[in-house]
Amino acid sequence: MDYKAFRQEIRAWLEANCPASMRTPATQEEQVWGGRNIKFPNNDAKLWFERCVEKGYCVPDWPTEYGGAGFDGEQTRIFKSEMRKLGCRPPQVNLGIWMSGPAILEFGTEEQKREHLPKIARGEIRWCQGYSEPGAGSDLAGLQTRAVEDGDDFIINGSKIWTSYADESDWIYCLVRTNPDAPKRDGITFLLFDMASAGVEAKPIELITGERHFCQTFFDNVRVPKKNALGVINQGWTVAKRVLEFERNMMSDLGSETGSGVEPREAALHYIGKDSSGAIADPLLRAAIARHEIQKRAFDVTQQRMIDEFTNGAGNMNTALIFKYCGTEEEKRKFELLLKIMGENGLGWRDSQHFSESELNTTIEWMGAKTHTIAGGTSEIQLNIIAKRALGMPGVLS
Amino acid sequence: MTLAFNEEQRTLKDTAREFAKNQSPIEAFRHLRDSTAPEGFSADIWQAMIELGWSGMIFPEAYGGFEFGYMGLAGCMEELGRTLVASPLLSSVVLSGSTILLAGSEEQKQSLLSQIVGGEKRIALACDEGFHHNPTAITTTAVIEGNTFLLNGNKARVIDGLGADLYIVSARTAGKAGDAEGISLLLLDASTPGISVEKTSLVDSRNYARLSFNNVCIPTSHLLGEMHNGFSALDKALDRGRICLAAEMFGGMQEIFERTVQYLKERKQFGVLIGTFQALQHRAAHMYTEIEMCKSILMLALDALEQNTDNASQLISAAKAKISETYELVSNEATQMHGGIGVTDELDIGLFLKRARVSAELLGSAQFHYNRYATLENF
Repeated sequence: MDYKAFRQEIRAWLEANCPASMRTPATQEEQVWGGRNIKFPNNDAKLWFERCVEKGYCVPDWPTEYGGAGFDGEQTRIFKSEMRKLGCRPPQVNLGIWMSGPAILEFGTEEQKREHLPKIARGEIRWCQGYSEPGAGSDLAGLQTRAVEDGDDFIINGSKIWTSYADESDWIYCLVRTNPDAPKRDGITFLLFDMASAGVEAKPIELITGERHFCQTFFDNVRVPKKNALGVINQGWTVAKRVLEFERNMMSDLGSETGSGVEPREAALHYIGKDSSGAIADPLLRAAIARHEIQKRAFDVTQQRMIDEFTNGAGNMNTALIFKYCGTEEEKRKFELLLKIMGENGLGWRDSQHFSESELNTTIEWMGAKTHTIAGGTSEIQLNIIAKRALGMPGVLS
Repeated sequence: MTLAFNEEQRTLKDTAREFAKNQSPIEAFRHLRDSTAPEGFSADIWQAMIELGWSGMIFPEAYGGFEFGYMGLAGCMEELGRTLVASPLLSSVVLSGSTILLAGSEEQKQSLLSQIVGGEKRIALACDEGFHHNPTAITTTAVIEGNTFLLNGNKARVIDGLGADLYIVSARTAGKAGDAEGISLLLLDASTPGISVEKTSLVDSRNYARLSFNNVCIPTSHLLGEMHNGFSALDKALDRGRICLAAEMFGGMQEIFERTVQYLKERKQFGVLIGTFQALQHRAAHMYTEIEMCKSILMLALDALEQNTDNASQLISAAKAKISETYELVSNEATQMHGGIGVTDELDIGLFLKRARVSAELLGSAQFHYNRYATLENF
């Protein structure tokens, strides 16, 4: 494979096919979520989406027979880096792309792959995740939503919480208890079903950000065919853990790429200004900005360091355990710092008369960052995992 | 960019680890501390290090060196940090040797560097004056009278200053304290009349001295580098010292972290291993994440130094700041998690705690380097 030529080819295709207006960061409203009710904020977004679907570029590393572009690992890295260089927006946003799709690729039957993957690749079905329950958060394996066998079907009863966009999603991948008598991890099944099934109800929950995309989802005698289980019945925990890894990898990136893109250094120049020596006029905040930037530099190169260590024959996978914790915790500290730098202008609430869109977004993101150290395994759960796997500590809760 | 040691560098690091473990374990440092030897290091161990080639790693072959680079040396420093090996590697080789290499005339380099590499001469860098590291804030003056400089003033925290054969002294020949311009570097023979050398005992029990100069006469031919323009070479040499010291600190922090984790797996209270307590598990896991981040920023800075990138100084400040803060955290936690035994002299943790604080202050504290990072990054 001539990767150099491949890079040229990708760059040329992106230059020719990604509309100029799709080369700026998308606000939340401008994201294109796949699904039965797919909506486009404008024609460019539609054009960009359709061109990518045709080439399989929504899921570049999936096999072509399932709607992907069939890229190998190196091709995928090149594709993503060229996308980043041009600032191209993701053509489609969908939990199916990051979570259920890869899980189906790894654990699904041929029939399941053919049924689900092309629909994700083409943006026809939007997925949501049914993991946490009101009584099962960090102790996820303690989940109680029941699935009772009835002929060729399961009958589902129970409730899930923090199901993002459940009210707008078409299908759910859901953890259900199929054997209540086994040890808690041995009685769970990973089940795929249509959110339009009778007995499914999703109620949005308003968060501190004012957003309402998390839901509580109720299942009242929902009938699901047994063949919709992904992987082996009662062994769904294996699949669930793998999907959690996908989620954590996705969330680790939050530290390096956040929506509004406001950096403390630039904010300080604007809201605080420089003294006569050219230094940011508040020495405590200046030191805090330096501290943050140093931490971020260290974080940003850790992945590269791991790769280099493996290349040189002395790598350690345990290093990867730090990403979710360090990325999301530093993101939280960054927004606390931004608020201190911005003063009143970091505290505006839905007041577009006095505060800019970017300021209001920064405030929302400050609150949103609180969810990132909770979702996908809290920081405390991450520390448990490090204590157990990297340090070999005795008696770690898990 | 390569953020990992290559095979050759790893082999060298393994050699250093074995050397430290077998030839200069922590008991050897204790022995040095408890003896009255003023130099604070063992001449035999230093000779052995010279024979292993470590004193020549960063110099070109033309001056008796092996051009092995800073990645290689940093790996050694890390291992030496694990057993608190005291030696003039930082003071004479990295700090003074680099200053001569960067500022010296061909003749000075030819005559001095090979003597540093061979250990015939030990040179100490005298660049600090106040309570804190701040190499521009100096008031020691050198005034030309005929063909001599007349040197007056004081220097503090001269690393391995006792028993040095030569000093490199930063002196003000123009400007005022705080100016980078107007600083000149002078080579001063330790036996010159008018110098007084006083030992300063710091908690880490190594060799530090205060120097005072009373009308010390130095031939103008002993100027190192350009008149008034010595700071840029000095600052570069200090950077090389900072990153090597950071590597030593990184070794020390790993050593006590590993010892602490081991202790949590052995010590029992309430009938169970204290490592089963989540309060301790989480603090240990947090330290693990910080140590990993230290490793990343250390390797990034070393790579920038080797590649001579434009932002090498910023990244070296970043590494020294991050590692100083993390070593403080880890040494405090290591002491606390060992409980009562942690504050006894018998346990080695205390030796690292003391070294952590002195090495954090040497060549610039976290505060100094945050400030320097921000200034270099222009904010």
